[in-house]
Amino acid sequence: MRERTTDRKRFDWVLIALYAGLVLFGWLNIYAALYDESHAALFDMTRKHGKQLMWIGISFVVALLLLMTEAKVFSSAAYVIYGFTTLLLVVTLFIGKTTNGGQSWIDFGSVKLQPSEFAKLGTALALAKYMSTIDLDLRKWRARLTVAAIVLVPALLVLLQHDTGSALVFASFILPLYREGLSGKVLLVGVAAVALFVLALVINKYLLIGILLLLCLGYLFLWLGSHSRTRRRVLGVVVFFAVASAFTLSVDFAFEHILESHQKERIYVLLGKSDDLKGSGYNVHQSKIAIGSGGFGGKGFLKGTITKADFVPEQETDFIFCTVGEEWGFWGCTLLIAAYIVLLLRIITLAERQRSVFGRFYGYSTASILFIHLFINVGMVLGLLPVIGIPLPFLSYGGSSLLAFTFLLFIFVRQDAERNHIL
Amino acid sequence: MANKFSERNIVVRAIFVVVGIIFVVRLAFLQLFSSHYKDLAARQSLRDVTLYPARGLIYDRNGQLLVYNEAVYDLMVIPRMARGIDTAYFCRTMGIERADFEARMARATKYSPYSASPFMKQISKEEYGQWQNLLYRFPGFYVSQRTLRVYDRPIAAHVLGYVGEVGEADLGKDPYYKPGDYMGKSGLERSYEEVLRGVKGRRVMQVDVHSREVGSYLGGALDSLATEGANLYTTLDADLQQYAEQLMEGKRGCIVAIEPPTGEVLALVSAPAYDPNLLVGRVRGTNYAALSADIAKPLFNRALQAQYPPGSIFKVAQAMIALQLGVITPGTGFPCNKSLIGCHNHPSASSVQEAIKMSCNPYFYYTYKRVIQQGRYRNVHRDSEYGLMVWHDYMQRFGFGMRLPIDLPGVRSGNIPDTAYYNRWYKRDGWTFSTIYSNSIGQGEVEVVPLQMANLACIVANRGYYVTPHVVRYYGSDSLRDESLMQRHETGIDRQYFEIAARGMYDVVHAPGGTAHRANIPDIDVCGKTGTAENIGMDHSVFVAFAPKDNPRIAVAVYVENAGAGGVWAAPIASLVIERYVRGEVLRKDFEKMYMQARPCQKLPLPRHIKKKRK
Repeated sequence: MRERTTDRKRFDWVLIALYAGLVLFGWLNIYAALYDESHAALFDMTRKHGKQLMWIGISFVVALLLLMTEAKVFSSAAYVIYGFTTLLLVVTLFIGKTTNGGQSWIDFGSVKLQPSEFAKLGTALALAKYMSTIDLDLRKWRARLTVAAIVLVPALLVLLQHDTGSALVFASFILPLYREGLSGKVLLVGVAAVALFVLALVINKYLLIGILLLLCLGYLFLWLGSHSRTRRRVLGVVVFFAVASAFTLSVDFAFEHILESHQKERIYVLLGKSDDLKGSGYNVHQSKIAIGSGGFGGKGFLKGTITKADFVPEQETDFIFCTVGEEWGFWGCTLLIAAYIVLLLRIITLAERQRSVFGRFYGYSTASILFIHLFINVGMVLGLLPVIGIPLPFLSYGGSSLLAFTFLLFIFVRQDAERNHIL
Repeated sequence: MANKFSERNIVVRAIFVVVGIIFVVRLAFLQLFSSHYKDLAARQSLRDVTLYPARGLIYDRNGQLLVYNEAVYDLMVIPRMARGIDTAYFCRTMGIERADFEARMARATKYSPYSASPFMKQISKEEYGQWQNLLYRFPGFYVSQRTLRVYDRPIAAHVLGYVGEVGEADLGKDPYYKPGDYMGKSGLERSYEEVLRGVKGRRVMQVDVHSREVGSYLGGALDSLATEGANLYTTLDADLQQYAEQLMEGKRGCIVAIEPPTGEVLALVSAPAYDPNLLVGRVRGTNYAALSADIAKPLFNRALQAQYPPGSIFKVAQAMIALQLGVITPGTGFPCNKSLIGCHNHPSASSVQEAIKMSCNPYFYYTYKRVIQQGRYRNVHRDSEYGLMVWHDYMQRFGFGMRLPIDLPGVRSGNIPDTAYYNRWYKRDGWTFSTIYSNSIGQGEVEVVPLQMANLACIVANRGYYVTPHVVRYYGSDSLRDESLMQRHETGIDRQYFEIAARGMYDVVHAPGGTAHRANIPDIDVCGKTGTAENIGMDHSVFVAFAPKDNPRIAVAVYVENAGAGGVWAAPIASLVIERYVRGEVLRKDFEKMYMQARPCQKLPLPRHIKKKRK
């Protein structure tokens, strides 16, 4: 008895409150996005807002069960869960339903599940489990390859389902790995590659290579004094230049042959090279109109005109942020983003106080997965990133994603509550 | 090992915070610093439908309906929403060519891809009925109801005027008008535009991406019903108007008939006339071009706009002014001295009454000389300046040399020269009576519009005053009227002198030696005065008259262009108009037939064939 009370006290109520707040706020916006005067009943199960209410109920029950489940269960079963979710991905490839060009749903009669949502959870658990192996040395290739495999296998399976967005989420594991000692250069290389990719599409490639050359020469001869210009550094710069140039030149090829046509178009739209407002640019354009028309104070709950009138496709799922923007305005959006950032920072704080590598790594993974969803989703809706279909955690309509995020978060809440237990 | 990299949590936190800040900044740009998206939002999610009110109806003095409305439909399109419709099916349904569709769509898109503009205009009720129930298949299209004018009797086109699309200039002047709106362009339609047009209504609907109306916006707070325009109750007598138009068929000129005590215009004809139905609806453009190009100028309202020399009719006014000034008396006689100014053969007039009857030119030469050179100044130039000033002042009291403020647009002032006018022409001290004597008989620099001549007949009929001629008695359900139109204007000339004028005009028609016996109507005492307005081509035949002599009910001015002397053409036509109105029917059938069929100016081209009217 005494054990249980102390456990409950140590639950991080900030996370739980933020979670509940976001989920309920999300539901309000789903209700608003699909609001229809003739179907205003809150518990109408034939409507999406009614269904979402059911999923919220289920999620709350799941959250409660997770809080009562010892964290040990998940750390012990991490590989099993990972295996299970990965297997589900394989199964999906064969029996999956195709929605919006992605073959990522398994149909259980009246309920559809999206295994890719749960694969992130499985991967986070498995990776945390692997990272907590005693005497793990990431400098060894064997360890590195194992880490890469744990992440890339589900990521590739998701990619095979043509669900680029969900596959991209697996990149979020770079952050916890970085925290555990992965070289910071990986982050920089990633950022540099994206920057080069974008620049190569926007400006002339040869001009870009010329600029790169000037930068490298400037670095070598102006920045570095003659004494620090070691052979090793010179070689490094030369290699960087060679790789960067080759990358730049290959962007066209990659763009033409690897990306699918709708992805190319979305990138062009983002870069302002195309403004097909009816085609690829339509969603984002409508989304910007909806958000922009919200102004500072928003139009008020249920008073949005753009989202209400079906102008924004997917407004209750991937574009739910539009409704927030239109009806709650700038202050509402800012508060929402602030709530997310507080949630993320809180998870990092809690992760840092974990005694186990498993707990810390899992915490970082949770924060990173939530973050990359937020980043891609809101970035897309605001027209900062190309259109990549991926839900906004806790807010978007959809049982699978809500349930998966609930699992992800509450396993960590319980983990945190047990941080003082002797391992 | 556990905390070896613990400071890296700062980097991760920094990434989170920086992304959060980027989002907030981006939001600020979208939501706070730009109204671009707000405008776009307002345009595409709301459908602002204008409800067009029916224009007011127009009645004649006896309650006959002259102008009413019929419903037509404009097919509106919001191009962006109409993309992706089945074009072939659309074209088949609407009965248009593919190329036509593309062109109309391009025009609408050019106007705005996001707001509605007319795709097809003025579709008849029958045509609309054929595809009304298929319209839902074409998102982005909707129908807006408009009304068109209908004229049961093809008369009074110049009085009623026509309605046309607002032009660039009007759009700037009055915010009421939006591109594509209609407004009165001429006649009563224009002068009573604000009365007739009513108040537009508005319905703001929320529409979804398929252009379906999902409900009213703000619970209908912005919505309003259209208010119909007020009806006009005019002073026109439709039967008389029609009769007068028949009389003028095949002729050029005009007829103005006024009820003297009230100034109410009974008929106002300008020939050639046109069927007002020609300038309605989709045929309007073609017909308007044809009418504009016609050398007989059917769109020109001669009754208000043609400035003619008044000819001998002017002598009545000259006599009145001279009598009032005391420079002559009713019994003054002057010899018919043809060396001064040409005249026809008649005995010399021994009184004003006789002079009017015989229309003696030298008589009025002498009279005008006494008016202009009154002997007040020794210097003949000063003296003429003074005399002209006094004369000009009196003439204005007759409504000459000024725009009579009739409630129709475009009326002209004619010309009564003043001292400034002649000083400009001849320099100061460059002119005396002998320079300007042609004015005495209504030639020279004097010009009047037919309305002013009819008004002169009214003044004599009223024995000294007139009421501004007007066409609308009252309007709207509250019987509003423009009081300034009902005002009585005195000439300041004694009633007794007008009695002389009336007797003179009676003699013109009845006494031996009178110039207009053809105007004589059995049982009706017609008083008239002939005129022959000199012209570069053949002279214009002019006649003014009123009847009966006592308690007159009608005053008429008739101009027949290029028809010669006033007594020959204008006088009989005026008498027919008078008989039709005073008696209610014309007994002189042969006489009527003769003048109705007569074509005094057949050598001139008549109005060209005009595209068949709408109905």
